[in-house]
Amino acid sequence: MNVVTLITQFTEVILAVVAAPLLMGWVNQCRAWLQNRRGPGVLQPYRQIRKLFHKDAVMAANASPLFRLVPYVQFAAMCLAAAIIPSLWTGLPFAVAADTIALVGLFATARVFLALAAMDIGTAFGSMGARREMLVGFLAEPALLMVFFTASLISHSTSLPTIVETLAQGRLAIYPSLAFAGIAFLMVLLAENARIPVDNPVSHLELTMIHEATVLEYSARHLALIEWSVALKLFNYTCIGLALFFPWGLATGAHSLRDLLLAIPMTGLKLLAAGFGLALIESLNAKMRIFRAPEFLATAFLLAVLGLLVHLLLGS
Amino acid sequence: MTGHPTDLISITALACGWLAIGLLGFIRPRSTGWVAHGLFPLGAVLGIAITALALVALAHPAETLILPLGLPDLHFQLRLDALSAVFLLLIGATAAGISIFSAGYFRSGEGAAPGLLCLQYHLFLASMVVVVIADDAYLFMVAWETMALSSYFLVTTQHRLPEIRRAGFIYLLIAHLGAIGLLLCFGVMQGGNWQFTFEAMRAAQLTPVWTSAAFFLALLGFGAKAGLVPLHVWLPEAHPAAPSPVSALMSGVMLEIAVYGVLRVTFDLLHMQLWWWGLVTLGLGLFTALFGVVFAAVQTDMKRLLAYSSIENIGIIFLGVGLTIIFHAFHMPLLAALALAATLYHCLNHAFSKSLLFLSTGSVLHATRERSLGKLGGLIHRMPWVAWLALVGTLAIAGLPPLNGFVSEWLLLQAFLFTPQLPHSYINMLLPMGAAALALVAALAAYVMVKFYGVIFLGQPRESTLSKAQDCGRLERIGLLWLAAGCVLLGIFPVPLLALLNGVSRELLGASLGSQLQHWWLLAPIAPERASYSPAVFMLSIVVLVAVLVLGVRLFYHGRVRKAPPWGCGFPLLTPRMQDTAEGFGQPIRQIFEPLFRMRRELPSPFDTSPHYRVQVEDHFWYALYMPIAGWVRRISNLAGAVQQGRISVYLLYSFLTLVALLAFAL
Repeated sequence: MNVVTLITQFTEVILAVVAAPLLMGWVNQCRAWLQNRRGPGVLQPYRQIRKLFHKDAVMAANASPLFRLVPYVQFAAMCLAAAIIPSLWTGLPFAVAADTIALVGLFATARVFLALAAMDIGTAFGSMGARREMLVGFLAEPALLMVFFTASLISHSTSLPTIVETLAQGRLAIYPSLAFAGIAFLMVLLAENARIPVDNPVSHLELTMIHEATVLEYSARHLALIEWSVALKLFNYTCIGLALFFPWGLATGAHSLRDLLLAIPMTGLKLLAAGFGLALIESLNAKMRIFRAPEFLATAFLLAVLGLLVHLLLGS
Repeated sequence: MTGHPTDLISITALACGWLAIGLLGFIRPRSTGWVAHGLFPLGAVLGIAITALALVALAHPAETLILPLGLPDLHFQLRLDALSAVFLLLIGATAAGISIFSAGYFRSGEGAAPGLLCLQYHLFLASMVVVVIADDAYLFMVAWETMALSSYFLVTTQHRLPEIRRAGFIYLLIAHLGAIGLLLCFGVMQGGNWQFTFEAMRAAQLTPVWTSAAFFLALLGFGAKAGLVPLHVWLPEAHPAAPSPVSALMSGVMLEIAVYGVLRVTFDLLHMQLWWWGLVTLGLGLFTALFGVVFAAVQTDMKRLLAYSSIENIGIIFLGVGLTIIFHAFHMPLLAALALAATLYHCLNHAFSKSLLFLSTGSVLHATRERSLGKLGGLIHRMPWVAWLALVGTLAIAGLPPLNGFVSEWLLLQAFLFTPQLPHSYINMLLPMGAAALALVAALAAYVMVKFYGVIFLGQPRESTLSKAQDCGRLERIGLLWLAAGCVLLGIFPVPLLALLNGVSRELLGASLGSQLQHWWLLAPIAPERASYSPAVFMLSIVVLVAVLVLGVRLFYHGRVRKAPPWGCGFPLLTPRMQDTAEGFGQPIRQIFEPLFRMRRELPSPFDTSPHYRVQVEDHFWYALYMPIAGWVRRISNLAGAVQQGRISVYLLYSFLTLVALLAFAL
């Protein structure tokens, strides 16, 4: 581990943290365009976060210290995840400390803390949100793990940078198993990030909301951290998807400065495309009833398992 | 016998020490002060001594000892090897925490006299130690039965309540079903030369058919004690019935002793292992895990919930055992060692985290007199010590990094990733599906644990009486802290412990992960480029990041907080009753896994004047398996009743007829 890799590691995390709200803004802007609205502009999430940080926090009288701790844990967990995911380059020394299974565990930890915080105030919506969040999670988490399993079996490693390096060397070889895994991953991404068709990020309609119900009691800096970590989570998931299924353009192997610098615009372009795709999916679909969400996620899980089976049958 | 068996003698002496403490209770059997503040802490000290000795013994070669006790031609044989040492470590470390907690927990006027309780408790502990070091079938069975009986009496401490007597009876029944299995198993393993020492059993050469018979009898016997489906029914009855420290001991230690039995018989006493045993064990384990976790999600009694969660964890452990057998049978020693390490690690994890949770339910029970989740809530404000320490156990059981539950799950999943290399075209396709099921179980466990913790400790108190709840006392705190520290240490420093566990895999499988565990901070069981995980770095980065964030936000912005009533969406009457109940939180799981449950629902109709909603979830096995068997037994005993007339002349006639028949037979 030399100084250069350490610097690239930190640069990567900081770029992810800084760029995450931009991706969120871009998706929202695309959605506005697709729906014939002008939209607030791609910088809106930054303005929102800045405004929230300056406000006084209002907290329920019976909030416990756990409630105050959770936004920081959320944000820290997502930063840590960003340190493992090869969004720009694969030389990530921190990835030694946590492989894909630990990454799934990290997302699970963040979710459990969020659910606990939601139950802490003891309002009807909080506990409802916690229950639904966990419901989505318990199916999405194994599906995500199975997607990683398929990729791990192909590359004989569970370390995410190694997986991505192997897949990037594939010279456009198409793995049939990864096709299944890709669809499953997309479904998990939609569910885990509370996007349509599982949840609606802009809705505050009581009976349908999932994620928003868990954070109803947060305000000011705590809400800002939560919103930022939500943006970071979407950024992380998108980067995982890009790295696994579209790994071209990432700086792999021995990095030259040219590769590193070239990776930034490549990833930026891919993220723009992915954001537009996400907005397109969200505009073309309607939100499902909450009772259908388990079916949707069970489909994702089965597709991921099917991907695994296809890999074992065909050996590719 | 090679060398002087110092470790073994010390362990035996410590077990006798536990017995002596039990007997000392009778000096002043009614004095809570003497028993609780004198004897239980002493027992905890012995527990720590056993832990230390076990750690020493792990590094030493096996020792044997023959005590001049027991049958005339079969003296008590004792043996201390690495496998025994690991389980001694588990018993000692967990018992130390539970004993110190018990010192503050048992109070006068609750069930049996404290002196009697002290005897049963320490007899239970000592018998578990003897089970682990026994080296002949006779001593093993004596200790095994002592363990079953002493725990039976502990379960029925409050024997005046009929449901507790019922729970105790079910426990005793299944324990003895298991004991029959074990007796038969030892009968098969002696292989016709009537030598009941384990030494002779190791040497016996059985045919594959008899070996398989022995294995499955052992699986029946130990599975009944561990709570493998369908022999799990006693767990959710006995655990809520027992006092909490006893539930903790039974769930955290006794279930693992059954796992010890399986490992001992399979890898040590039997001379061959067939791959399909592994498949059966793995399948049973998976089903048990899924069954346990799904049932845990719908429970409304906190101790029943934990009991089902124990069933789940036992399932995961047996899954690991199955995987070990498969790898071992296909001569993949390194992978077998990996699976075995995961299994043993999960045993240790479960011992610490489940004891911790059972003890915290004990504190909650004492403070509130409530076991039903529907009447708790908001205890984090009234009982911060219990709540924060229980949070550690909750996260650990839920298998979240960087705590201990995740380490063993990580190891198991890594082992699963190698199953496609198995030289058998069916199972190498089938087994990765097992990984999918394991992932599902792990995710469901998180659901269950959020429910457990959220409903008890978070939210608003659901009953007004909860505002008088007191936090636990100092001794109880020490006990909880000890176990929570165990969870954290096991989570953050897995490598040194796995290096210690190497002795076991070298002994049982002839291979170990030894060469792979070079860095104390980096867990890379096969090869660093394949997979690595560093909980220490993980934990450190989370803590540092959180600290930096908290300070950063304070520094750049401000820390002002205004307290206000919770936001009720414009609805003015917000009551604690509007929170999710335990039923409500489990409802989605109940709906998704509906076929697994036997449900009875009473739904209100729109015209009810006093509408009430009731749902009862029961176990299919109870009705499909146990009730028919009970019916058969009753019918047969009715038939037998026909010959019992209750008049002495009739019985004399039977004796006479028997004599005539015997004479006729003899002539």
